[in-house]
Amino acid sequence: MARLSGLQRDVLSLYRRCLRAARAKPVTNRGHFQALARNEFHKHRAVDKKDFSAIEYLLRRGRRQLEMYEEAGVRDVKV
Amino acid sequence: MASTRALCRLAASRTAAVRPAVFARTFASVSDTKARDPISKAGEALAPDASRAPIPESKTSTVKEAAPTKDAKMKTFHIYRWNPDEPTSKPKMQSYELDLNKTGPMMLDALIRIKNEIDPTLTFRRSCREGICGSCAMNIDGVNTLACLCRIPTEEKTESRIYPLPHMYIVKDLVPDMTLFYKQYRSVKPYLQRTTPSPDGREYRQTKEDRKKLDGLYECILCACCSTSCPSYWWNQEEYLGPAVLLQSYRWIADSRDEKRAERQDALNNSMSLYRCHTILNCSRTCPKGLNPALAIAEIKKSMAFT
Repeated sequence: MARLSGLQRDVLSLYRRCLRAARAKPVTNRGHFQALARNEFHKHRAVDKKDFSAIEYLLRRGRRQLEMYEEAGVRDVKV
Repeated sequence: MASTRALCRLAASRTAAVRPAVFARTFASVSDTKARDPISKAGEALAPDASRAPIPESKTSTVKEAAPTKDAKMKTFHIYRWNPDEPTSKPKMQSYELDLNKTGPMMLDALIRIKNEIDPTLTFRRSCREGICGSCAMNIDGVNTLACLCRIPTEEKTESRIYPLPHMYIVKDLVPDMTLFYKQYRSVKPYLQRTTPSPDGREYRQTKEDRKKLDGLYECILCACCSTSCPSYWWNQEEYLGPAVLLQSYRWIADSRDEKRAERQDALNNSMSLYRCHTILNCSRTCPKGLNPALAIAEIKKSMAFT
């Protein structure tokens, strides 16, 4: 696999964090959280890899969303 | 600063030495105007990400008022627009023309009128429209201020430019992301900390002199105009607390009823939180409430030097 840029690694690590956060949720709803994460990343697949400012913005937004969904009070999501 | 100076020198020497004779120009038409800019401007040119510089208003359309009357006083407003729903699109400057006769006297009135009558997609924060909530802080004609306290210059020729607060992440159009600012505010514990009860079991009282020390501090509405005007805060937002938060910190350090003074000072006693203030004084100059955050920061420094 080609060597990834810093930004690409940031994106991957955010995705990994999302999946890891999903594992902390109740077993029955885990799939929903995983689907949500997958969906959110999928929406922006078309972003050009050279469009740094857009990717950085999406990363920031993703981290904020993750912080919110991570909270223990959130038990289920509907995608 | 040293690095920008070096860059300047580099730029200057390169234009002198490398430029081939074909392109040599007489002094009257120097094309490389950047080389002669003051050093402070070189920093400005380097600072914002070039790809994020907004598309200038000359390349975007102007939205005009629907039915201008005969003696209308038309004024143009250039407003920064960016839509997060299209993250790949660049920010742009949108122009709007308003008849000042039909608009209230303040910038906020103009913005509200644009939103109501011309372009409902324009997004900005506003609430009290009288300078007490601090929601409508933005950069108007190069100065951070509250839109509700900023009069529209009445001459029609000058065009007003409205940007969001500088060096903040943008949520949409004129709305900056204040998460970090509020996190920093929380970190100074902006509430009364006491362990001993008051002697007579009633409220904690203080003398008139002690109360006077809080004047000029308690009026701060946390609009973040001062923090976002501070170059030091621009470059070290993660660690440096910024003038607004330090003013609040001093408000609790100066409070005679607070008993955690030493802890509060201790928390600031590192190279970043407080001492990144280099008394640039942009904060005091820009404060729309006429407060003096730089004085408060100086007082903190003084109180820490003599304890």
